[in-house]
Amino acid sequence: MSLLSILGVISSAIFSGTSLLYTTLGEILDERAGIVNLGLEGVLLVSAAAGFGVTSQTGNPYIGVLAAMLAGGLMNLLFGFLVITRRANQLASGLAVMFFGFGLSALIGKPYVGARINSLPRFMLPGLASIPALNTSQFKFDLLIYMVVPMAMLIWWLLFRTRWGLSLRAVGENANTAFAAGRNPRRVQYQALFFGGLLAGLGAAHLSIAWTMTWAEFMTAGRGFIAVALVIFSKWHPARAIAGALLFGGAVAFQLLLQASGIAISPFLLDTIPYVLTLVVLIVWGGTRKYAAPASLGRVYQGTEQ
Amino acid sequence: MSQTTEAPARTSLPALNILLVIVRYLIIFLVAFGLFGVILLIAGKDPVLAIQDTFSSTLGSAYNFSEVIVKMIPLLFTAIAVALPSRVGLINVGAEGQLYMGAWLATWGALTFASLPAWILLPLMVVLGMIGGGLWALVPAFLRARGWVNETITTLLMNYVAPSVVTFFIYGPWRSPFNSLYPQTVDFVPAARLPTFFGTRVHLGLILAIVLAVLYWFAMKYTRWGLEMRAIGGNPQAARRNGIPLTLYIVAVMCLGGAIAGLAGTSEISGIHGRLRPGFSPGFGYMGFLISWLSGGNPIGILVMSFVVALISSGGDILQINQGLPFAVVNILLAITLFVVLARPALLVKGKKA
Amino acid sequence: MADQNHETTDFIASHGRPTTRAPLISMRGITKAFPGVLANDHIDLDVYGSEVHALLGENGAGKSTLMKILYGFYRADAGQILLNGEPVSIRSPHDARAVRIGMLFQEYTLIPAFSVAENIALFLQDLKAVLNIKEICQRIHGLSERYNLQVNPQAPVSQLSIGEQQKVEILKLMLSNARILILDEPTRVLAPHEVEALFRVLDNLRQDGYAIVLITHKMKEVLECADRITVLRGGRVAGSLPRSAASEDTLVALMFEKGLAGLQFSRKPAADESVSPLLELRGVETRSEGAETSLKALDLTVHPGEIVGVAGVSGNGQKELGDVVLGLVRCIRGTKFLFGKDTTNRSIQAVRKSGVAFIPENPLTMATAPFMTVLENMALTNAWRYTRLGGLALDWQAVKTDTEDTLKKLGFSFSLYVPARSLSGGNLQRMVIVREMTHNPHLIVASYLTRGLDVQSTIAARQALLQARQSGAGVLLVSEDLEELFTLSDRLIVLYGGKIVGTFKPAETNFYEVGHLMTGSEVHHVANN
Repeated sequence: MSLLSILGVISSAIFSGTSLLYTTLGEILDERAGIVNLGLEGVLLVSAAAGFGVTSQTGNPYIGVLAAMLAGGLMNLLFGFLVITRRANQLASGLAVMFFGFGLSALIGKPYVGARINSLPRFMLPGLASIPALNTSQFKFDLLIYMVVPMAMLIWWLLFRTRWGLSLRAVGENANTAFAAGRNPRRVQYQALFFGGLLAGLGAAHLSIAWTMTWAEFMTAGRGFIAVALVIFSKWHPARAIAGALLFGGAVAFQLLLQASGIAISPFLLDTIPYVLTLVVLIVWGGTRKYAAPASLGRVYQGTEQ
Repeated sequence: MSQTTEAPARTSLPALNILLVIVRYLIIFLVAFGLFGVILLIAGKDPVLAIQDTFSSTLGSAYNFSEVIVKMIPLLFTAIAVALPSRVGLINVGAEGQLYMGAWLATWGALTFASLPAWILLPLMVVLGMIGGGLWALVPAFLRARGWVNETITTLLMNYVAPSVVTFFIYGPWRSPFNSLYPQTVDFVPAARLPTFFGTRVHLGLILAIVLAVLYWFAMKYTRWGLEMRAIGGNPQAARRNGIPLTLYIVAVMCLGGAIAGLAGTSEISGIHGRLRPGFSPGFGYMGFLISWLSGGNPIGILVMSFVVALISSGGDILQINQGLPFAVVNILLAITLFVVLARPALLVKGKKA
Repeated sequence: MADQNHETTDFIASHGRPTTRAPLISMRGITKAFPGVLANDHIDLDVYGSEVHALLGENGAGKSTLMKILYGFYRADAGQILLNGEPVSIRSPHDARAVRIGMLFQEYTLIPAFSVAENIALFLQDLKAVLNIKEICQRIHGLSERYNLQVNPQAPVSQLSIGEQQKVEILKLMLSNARILILDEPTRVLAPHEVEALFRVLDNLRQDGYAIVLITHKMKEVLECADRITVLRGGRVAGSLPRSAASEDTLVALMFEKGLAGLQFSRKPAADESVSPLLELRGVETRSEGAETSLKALDLTVHPGEIVGVAGVSGNGQKELGDVVLGLVRCIRGTKFLFGKDTTNRSIQAVRKSGVAFIPENPLTMATAPFMTVLENMALTNAWRYTRLGGLALDWQAVKTDTEDTLKKLGFSFSLYVPARSLSGGNLQRMVIVREMTHNPHLIVASYLTRGLDVQSTIAARQALLQARQSGAGVLLVSEDLEELFTLSDRLIVLYGGKIVGTFKPAETNFYEVGHLMTGSEVHHVANN
């Protein structure tokens, strides 16, 4: 196992984990406001397809990224309309959005299957380039990768150091209390969903535009659900999400490493690692007494009766 | 003279009720189809042509019609697999994974006991299929009964594990030495094949599914267990106070749902394919969830909706061939239908969640 | 430390009793009706600054409703609220807070996952867009020092004791600028030393000009810390007097109606105590969640052919008592015997099957499947009786027959084929009574049996209990209605704070004595003739 291959794993982990981290950060925002979005998978697919398509059309990956973000925000707003305004069951609505995303993404992406695009340029951070060991093409990362950890810190700051974040968390803990404190829970939830959708779109953009540079149906392969589980794993905290994303991104890369080392475990069993890991995490963390979830997660805000 | 009459019905105009139900569903589908048509237009396709093609290809000939029925069979199973747990308030999105594991265990039976006669082997496979699916649902059931993790996310995640496990076996120990192009198991012996009818592909699984639907209807309406399940679904706290054992029902019903989904997988591989192939399910489990939700868990609704979704699914095939649209596009129509129902629950039959 | 949250102008610390000051808040002619009950009937109330005003009364007397109107939670049907003599319209808690009224509810509205500072910050009127936690902590610190409300601002609320959480709630009120504080039964969940601490806080607040309304049913507290006392009874003001004019006896007399005359004491001979008891609780202790009351070292027996009445203000352990007998709540200590057998850990189903019936305090949430028909609900606790063919079928004809028999016996009448949730509250209660009484239970646990029932149904329900007793059953009757308890019980116990504080035969005691015990004040037991 050479240094090169270890670096390769780390590099893969970073590439794979970045989109996961953006998505997780977005879902953390949503869930902190009390809404579980099981349709994240669909949101990601539509954003990935939209971003890829726009990039292919315009030749400009940055516009593509913006398009993906916008698509994510809009999909989440659609979801928000169902669960906030129409007060529908969050789980069922999420699954409906998931189906919708399956189909819509296939429709949007069809003309672009197999297309080649200008991807985001990859470069090394000036400081790192001077370290000979790290000076490989594997450690050239794109802008979105460099932005993801600062983004996590930004989300942390927003959630815990601003009035907006306090309101958002209050709504997710107890919407009635937030209302009593003069907040508008519905508006807060819509805002959370929209920004969460932008972030999810960013994650999807990284997946299709920056990393794989392709579009294929169902290409997200359950990342939406892994993100939902990652939110639990990171106890709804942006900092822990970084570790989690690396871990899960690494699980994929780990599989490649095993294959490269000639260890003969079936790739299909290795495929299950992220999901099994997620399940284990859920069982271990979910089984603790002090559950760190926002207290009103999943509950539909009914409004106040006079 | 039977003592067992049902609890008397609550409405006095059954004909009017049925009419209202039909009208409601018509509205749902008109709106859904309308929106879908708009999307198709935007995508530059011809919606009218799509609908024409769909109807002609599905209802145009007897054989085509039988193909719709073929598609309907696994949907019936998975819909019941979701509807049953929904009556106690559980949300089973894991039918997809459960059907794969049912198929897996049934395949093991078909391959291991290939020398048995059909009248032993087939029931054995049915039982194995139920065990496989039921066991796959046991973990989420237990976690939910203990109050640790919501069954929705556990079943969803296990949906991603099951196909990989199955694929592993197909590429590995069960790989057929023939057909090197497409990995799959060896063909099942004829004794492991569900018989078909009238030269179509419609197989015995249909009867099994319909019987199951009837049993489900009967159980919920007439039996003590159906009564207690509905009590749990309506008010779990009161049900517990009234002495109904909540934990027992949650685990049992969830596993039963998994077992029925396992039957979906079993019937597919035994009745249609005759072998285990990777990815043989185009999302039957998820469609079953949709059907169950749309029909409010009502058995008749499930029958009707399964047919409609099978119809739409066939339409998807046509769209793919004729208009070059990916099959996944039917999900848009299904999703919009669900959107309509979620946005305006008054359109649903029973007015309550699945 | 200068406290910048007080306007010193109208907060003149007055050390004497206010006699000529104008009230801060005046409520005039407040009337509020809910379906079936007149909660407030032309109530007048004055709240003065620098004063602790106790609002005393039994459950259902209307205290909470009145204050919720003041806080904008409800809107009065008639009447006026005046602020410093000017009429003011309070239509929501937002309006109330705008005129600096704050209310501390029995259920805390703190967010357990947030820190103390975050909880308080949420309610601050002048919170900046970027939070300055340190500054908020300083503000908290200043107030908590001054008023003895010590609490760690950084601590997550979930780790605080109930007493500390209450401090946070009070700080929250003060920091969101309230100057009129309404406290709803604040000592219900406090330990004795915490109660003392609270009273000291109230005293400090009063001296700084705050107006405090204390809703309570506890005599001792009232006498210890109130300056003025208003007693509500049955939705009306029974009396309003300054502390100097109040004593335990005068207050009890105001709280509970007189009228010893006209009560029929049960003339049945005392139950045969040599027979094995139906229910026996020995040293039972439970652990409660949150604000519920835990039972402490409870000993209780119910013999065949006797009705044991449980008196007490709701919230003192009645629910837990019923739940322990049912098997819903586990005993941390102690044992429970049903019909002579140790059933401490048996399932609810086993308890019911052995012949115990339960009429719970909230029929809709605790006993009914709302979407199923009434007839189907009838079968719920007795499914095992009506099962045929091993569970495949239910004998609905038998259910119907049994139900109709009981309906006739009790003189009730309601439709069997409508969904249960469409029944009125009273009919739901009747439905549950019918179901529970139908199979001649040996032990009946009835909580607030006649709540929501009209006169005829009340008589019928009570008759049913008497009949059950006649045929050898035992009854544990929890009630707030002293008249009902005195009329029906063979033995009477009083629950206070999760303990039994008195056991009597009704003929040996009277309303005053029981009233004292219900409100936690001690009294010498004087044998009554």
